[in-house]
Amino acid sequence: MKPSRDQKIWMYEQMHTSRYFEECIEKIYMEGKSPAFNMAKGPIPGEMHLSNGQEPCAVGVCAHLSADDIVTSTHRPHHVAIAKGVDLNRMTAEIFGKKTGLSGGRGGHMHIFDAKVNFSCSGIIAQGMGPAVGAALSRHMQNKPGVAVAFLGEGAANQGAFHESLNLAAVWKLPVIFVVEDNAWGISVAKSASTAIEHNDARAAAYGIPGHFIPGNDPLAIFDIAGEAIERARRGEGPTLIEIETYRLAGHFMGDAEGYRPKGEKEALFARDPIPKMRQQLLDDEDWSDAQDQELVARTHARVDAAIQFARDSEYPAPEEAMEKVFV
Amino acid sequence: MTVATKERKLTIARAMAEAIAQEMRVDERVFVMGEDIGPLGGVFGNTRGLHEEFGSERVRDTPISETAFMGAAVGAASDGMRPIVELMFVDFFGVCFDAIYNLMAKNTYFSGGEVQVPVVLMTSTGGGYSDAGQHSQCLHATFAHLPGMKVVAPSNAYDAKGLMTAAIRDNNPVIFMFHKALQGMGWLGTEKDAIVHVPEESYEVPIGKAAVVREGNDLTIVGITSGVHHGLKAARQLAERGISAEVIDLRALVPLDRATVIESVRKTGRLIVVDEDYQSYGVSSEIICSVAEQGVPLKAAPQRVAYPDIPIPFTPPMEQWALPNADKIVAAYELMEKHS
Ligand SMILES: Cc1ncc(C[n+]2csc(CCOP(=O)(O)OP(=O)(O)O)c2C)c(N)n1
Repeated sequence: MKPSRDQKIWMYEQMHTSRYFEECIEKIYMEGKSPAFNMAKGPIPGEMHLSNGQEPCAVGVCAHLSADDIVTSTHRPHHVAIAKGVDLNRMTAEIFGKKTGLSGGRGGHMHIFDAKVNFSCSGIIAQGMGPAVGAALSRHMQNKPGVAVAFLGEGAANQGAFHESLNLAAVWKLPVIFVVEDNAWGISVAKSASTAIEHNDARAAAYGIPGHFIPGNDPLAIFDIAGEAIERARRGEGPTLIEIETYRLAGHFMGDAEGYRPKGEKEALFARDPIPKMRQQLLDDEDWSDAQDQELVARTHARVDAAIQFARDSEYPAPEEAMEKVFV
Repeated sequence: MTVATKERKLTIARAMAEAIAQEMRVDERVFVMGEDIGPLGGVFGNTRGLHEEFGSERVRDTPISETAFMGAAVGAASDGMRPIVELMFVDFFGVCFDAIYNLMAKNTYFSGGEVQVPVVLMTSTGGGYSDAGQHSQCLHATFAHLPGMKVVAPSNAYDAKGLMTAAIRDNNPVIFMFHKALQGMGWLGTEKDAIVHVPEESYEVPIGKAAVVREGNDLTIVGITSGVHHGLKAARQLAERGISAEVIDLRALVPLDRATVIESVRKTGRLIVVDEDYQSYGVSSEIICSVAEQGVPLKAAPQRVAYPDIPIPFTPPMEQWALPNADKIVAAYELMEKHS
């Protein structure tokens, strides 16, 4: 499946938006955290897992989804949320802990929920998979269209929930796609030290469903394979497991010294940064100019800057609001 | 001439690692497994240096497979090993609780005492740094409620080392909860009073013996981990008003040293329990009930300063508002006085 020019530009724009968003968050996160790094301090407190480098996974898959389709994501959710069309202002405000945030500051960066576009995420590894299976089941039982996509890291593929969800989705032939973002690391543990096989797509065979491995962090290849899998699910032919080789250009979380990385790894990954690569592809293969490129970049920056301004300008919730929304 | 013993102040993280290393040196059966506990030394620093000294055979990074490695700890322990297993955040217990409360905690009983399960499960607790509702809980009562596991939770480095040593030598499963804000990792903010002198030689702090960490006559404040530090701060504030508060560090929830609490409340007649775990059905109710059941005469209705019954919110204004602190303890005392 090949993306149209518009789809390519959409993917490219989402990747830029996501990357610039993370770059801004990274900077703001460090505000107020000097002289000694203390996670609790500054306008963005708590853990922060950035998605720099993993944008192709988000855009290549979400290019095929509408707001009506369901996505569950992980502790590293921003790129997927952006590509799924989560309200950027309210997501940013949530990350800042503001009253205007998606949950009024209750959830924060690891608990982004935007019901309008059927997006949610969770900080417990692999636990987004069951809910994706359930959402797909719900669509099936209600005879409603729509597919569910569960994003997860390669580390999550060693959880029980991974295997149980694959089997359940397969045996009930549900419209769900499991997307493993293989960034080679689970915190400090290399994939090779934690996973008995090289690529997780092989595990699909154990559940009798199609499995695909996509090398090279390539948005066009991801668009192709994910598109086929999603079409297949929409036709009622059941789940697919996809593993994508991607790059974590940031630390596991902000404050990670990354001492576990082999020398030169980071540099090699940056040399393969998917965003400049896609820019070059557009310039080479499409009717795309430097001027158009600059305009797109300026547009994404303006959008992100506005979201951040919105978050900064918003009020904090009143402390007592903590007691609300436990039940509805 | 006497030589003053040099102060050797350690963080809880270093004290835990030291206790583990000392036991690993003398007991081949002791090994450690968990996520990122190898070369990284643990996300919370409590296995630092172990991989360097003991290597990958005895200090094992696991896949993110808590169900499997928690069950494996039970199996290895039953077969003669003494595993120390880390659950990175206590909040993750949901993916492996069956191995904990249905196997680790019950196999000894089911086997009529024939099978021993000497596992130490160490796990981080507590919030205060905006890590939100899946990474900030204490869950003291969740573990303490279920029979068959000892549960310890130090408030300072001295106790951390002694309790860890005792836990490793214990022939029963021991849940070792360490509070992140006391751990001595700067990035989590650090309670300075948790960093205390720790003797270099090996020693045990008995499991199930509370400590009176400050003596007083007017009021008993009972806490564990962070609650102890809030209690001590409140006691200092109350002292300025001429009120003398006794502070008890439970140090263990199972077995629970009710005797020390009851003895203190008999003396003071007033009781406040501080707990960062959810209030209802929790440690605070157990303590107050234990005192009430003994018919200890009280001068005022007991109070509790615990976490409200809500998931832990992310944003600092909400989270800080919900957490126990010294001011809330002082306010609880004032309430007691008003109503008595
Ligand atoms: C059940 C559970 N175990 C452990 C953790 C701690 N943890 C958070 S992220 C992470 C690594 C996850 O690796 P991976 O799934 O590959 O995702 P990545 O961080 O690389 O995006 C771990 C172990 C957790 N959040 N939940």
